[in-house]
Amino acid sequence: MPFGEIVSILLEGAWVTLKIVALALPLAAVMAFGFGMLRLYAPKPIKYLAVIYIEFFRGTSALIQLYWIYFVLPFFGFSFDAMTAGVVALGLNIGAYGTEVVRGAMASVPKGQYEAAVALNFSSTQRLWRILLPQALVNMIPPFGNLAIELVKATSLVSLITIADLTYRAKSLADMTLQVTEIFAVVLVLYFLFAQVLAVVFRVLEKKLSRGLGRGGLGQ
Amino acid sequence: MNGFDWDWQFTLEVLPTILEAAKVTLMATLLGSCLAIIVGLAFALLRRSGFFLIRFITYWIVEFVRSTPLLVQIFFLYYVMPEFGVSMSPLLTGVLALGLHYGAYLSEVFRSGIDGVEKGQWEAARALNLSIFDTYKDIVLPQALRPMIPATGNYIIAMFKETPQLSAITLLEMLQVAKIIGSENFRYLEPFTLVGMLYLLFSLVAAYGIHCVERHFPKEGITLK
Repeated sequence: MPFGEIVSILLEGAWVTLKIVALALPLAAVMAFGFGMLRLYAPKPIKYLAVIYIEFFRGTSALIQLYWIYFVLPFFGFSFDAMTAGVVALGLNIGAYGTEVVRGAMASVPKGQYEAAVALNFSSTQRLWRILLPQALVNMIPPFGNLAIELVKATSLVSLITIADLTYRAKSLADMTLQVTEIFAVVLVLYFLFAQVLAVVFRVLEKKLSRGLGRGGLGQ
Repeated sequence: MNGFDWDWQFTLEVLPTILEAAKVTLMATLLGSCLAIIVGLAFALLRRSGFFLIRFITYWIVEFVRSTPLLVQIFFLYYVMPEFGVSMSPLLTGVLALGLHYGAYLSEVFRSGIDGVEKGQWEAARALNLSIFDTYKDIVLPQALRPMIPATGNYIIAMFKETPQLSAITLLEMLQVAKIIGSENFRYLEPFTLVGMLYLLFSLVAAYGIHCVERHFPKEGITLK
């Protein structure tokens, strides 16, 4: 098969991978913030529920979670198509890791900021939204960037539940054409480029968000 | 599909088979982490090389390995290596992939560990006329070891949790065996849940073990003999 044709088939797969990332990333963010906040501020029984979710998804393997959602849940009457199962599994998995990022970033805001907010008679909502979160958010960006790259890498797992993503197409093309070296080299480069683009995006985001927070010396 | 209950008898039936496969999983993790430590140390030392080109190349190799999926790397090794006349068993391929992938991650841990050793130690080693090799072996690495333990341990646990991906190249590890059992009996609930629980259990035990190692590790480091 000519090289150009291989690349165009692989690019179609890359588009599917991109779609999965675009769907799973918001889900992961919601889970990370939701359960991160529950873990920090919720009353005891709910807090433990959050801990169970976090420990369970961090303690077992992403592929097992994917298989469990895809193969086992249908027996309980929850049938998903492969795409939904993939997005849900990856979103929940990366989200669980994200809760720790949220927790760490909230803890990294100096205590004086909290005390000053209390002293200035801010309400607890104002304290969270106007004082703590804006500062914590900046600290979350670099680790979230790493998690986003982890998510891109983890999307390759959905090829094992028959979603025609980049990895799946590479594998079936390789079985069909036996031009394994070119195919897998192109795939590795595509994933690498994807990760590098994400890394740049998050670096820009960090710069944007840290404006006006008095970080990194003068010239902000 | 209602009332799909947990079948204890089936669970007990499949447990021995899955535990047998756990040996393969643990073996891959153990060999993989040994290789990862060697590869990681090599990359970390190359990143400290005096030649710009070596530092530059090593940086991008590490970056490339870290930002591409392990699954694709596994496929790459399994399908592409034979093209160059190197055929390996699934286990060996898996160990190599895990070792390279996590070696890239560990190199960053080792690098920051080595960077964390006080500058005065390097100067003292030079003043005592120790060779580069002796400086690393007797002065720097023993002191760098302790701070590296938690991060290294976490990566080894992470590696353990990625071993199911080796099922993609037909290695009969826990998840693959569970999948086969599932498709034979058309009951996925027990085998998959069992494997998940075993992973959770092993991870928690390993995390506790690392915590203990770190606590009991002498602060001044150990001499490498």
